[in-house]
Amino acid sequence: MLREITIGQYYPVDSVLHRMDPRTKLFGTMIFIISLFAAENLWAYILATVFLAAVIRLSRVPFSFMVRGLKAVFILLLISVSFNLFLTSGETVWQMGFLKITKEGIRMAVFMAIRLIYLVIGSSVMTLTTTPNELTDGLEKGLGFLKIVKVPVHEIAMMMSIALRFIPILVEETDKIMKAQMARGADFESGNLIQRAKSMVPLLVPLFISAFRRATDLAMAMEARCYRGGEGRTKMKPLKYKARDRWGYAALFIYLAAVVGTRWLPWIPF
Amino acid sequence: MGIKVVNLTHIYGKGTAFQQYALKNVNLEIEDGQFIGLIGHTGSGKSTLIQHLNGLLKADSGEIYYNGENIYQDGYDMKALRGKVGLVFQYPEHQLFEVDVFTDVCFGPKNQKLPQEEVEERAREALTMVGLDESYYKQSPFELSGGEKRRVAIAGVLAMKPEVLILDEPTAGLDPKGRDEILDQIAKLHEQKKMTIILVSHSMEDMAKYADRIVVMNHGEKVFDDTPRKVFHHYKELEKMGLAAPQITYIVHALKDAGIPIADDLITVQEARDAILKLLGKEPGTYKDGKRLEKPC
Repeated sequence: MLREITIGQYYPVDSVLHRMDPRTKLFGTMIFIISLFAAENLWAYILATVFLAAVIRLSRVPFSFMVRGLKAVFILLLISVSFNLFLTSGETVWQMGFLKITKEGIRMAVFMAIRLIYLVIGSSVMTLTTTPNELTDGLEKGLGFLKIVKVPVHEIAMMMSIALRFIPILVEETDKIMKAQMARGADFESGNLIQRAKSMVPLLVPLFISAFRRATDLAMAMEARCYRGGEGRTKMKPLKYKARDRWGYAALFIYLAAVVGTRWLPWIPF
Repeated sequence: MGIKVVNLTHIYGKGTAFQQYALKNVNLEIEDGQFIGLIGHTGSGKSTLIQHLNGLLKADSGEIYYNGENIYQDGYDMKALRGKVGLVFQYPEHQLFEVDVFTDVCFGPKNQKLPQEEVEERAREALTMVGLDESYYKQSPFELSGGEKRRVAIAGVLAMKPEVLILDEPTAGLDPKGRDEILDQIAKLHEQKKMTIILVSHSMEDMAKYADRIVVMNHGEKVFDDTPRKVFHHYKELEKMGLAAPQITYIVHALKDAGIPIADDLITVQEARDAILKLLGKEPGTYKDGKRLEKPC
């Protein structure tokens, strides 16, 4: 039953985007998000749509996977759309009691919905084409400049990758302990809230013990291999910018400039 | 009556790109009171198969009958089934959670909604069965040795008074002493309580010594199902599946190849010892440490 939960939703195919440096992808996602909030008119949204469609095409990940992430933010989407729809003041189009919809409200709601949807899809593209390990590598190197102000970048990145690495292990462990307790007649599904919370004890205690055991084992294994933090540490696969990354950055800046440039384009009434 | 498995098929990741057959058309009939050894290399479907027998996993197709009743029929009491078919997982000590040994063993019978006295009675009985006396009752299960922890965990399943006991590699990671103790206790349960035992193990020696029937799994299919002697006769096929015959079988084969007239279907050390002594013209079973014993052992 826990098998369906997947965190780190990497989709393994080979594409330009998969091979790209994680830093480029991280930066690209950031630029894309900024562009969404800088967008003020329809031109900018058309540009964003074209850009996103091109990126999705390049990633070779089926579109259905991109949309999956939307399910999680559906409620948030609904709330922010209705807030914008009902609470923006302006020219009233429809009114019922205290609820009223204005022309500006419709415009804001639609733009907000597009923004949120594109934001989720945009970041999905990154997580679908980058393995969690690449991502932490990218973060470590990309944020390396923070070391100057004494931010322990390497340690944070290491903690992140260990945490990510442990998620599937702990999920499997939970599944195993759950089954073992079910074989002893435990019931995790029925009863009221208090009974259910109580029935979690036989699951959580062994799970915590096993997590601590694994943590000590890992710490010991790391020390046995002389791990002593990031200083002077080299990588087996050092991140290096290639031609495709330069093209990527170029495309990104052109896109951002174009989105900002749309501010001076003639207004399209909507 | 026992357990009857009919055309059991289980598919992992059905409908995704990673779809894989864990079990393919498995048929199996287990009669009451048998001691069955289940062998197969890692990923051959052994663990998947045993988890079906008490309803923890549901098959994609096929049926399982326990004492003649289909366990997949509507309204079948799965919880009662899990009490009758006790399953001890691999490394069962990882499921211990209570403050002391006794309370942990009580968990199973308590879930069966028995009266408190009966629960305690069963826990005491189960702990005695695995050879742990009262001095252990109030100890924390986390402070025991590996072998003791495992015995507590096995007692936790035995306290539910199962008719069938399934053990998934109960001796993995134990020292020779702990291993022998656990296996001897299982053999005792089989002989004295007439419990049906299904034992998953990678030790062919243990299989030869304890099981009266061996089921061999390979890539989710049942390949052999016979007495240990007949199964180990196919040692070449077993090797192709990443398995083997007991060491002693190889020795008697080597002896036979060297021209010594010895039977090549011997599977336990005792059998081989007696056969070799006989060849040497000495009476089997009367020698120990090189000396002739007064009384044969």
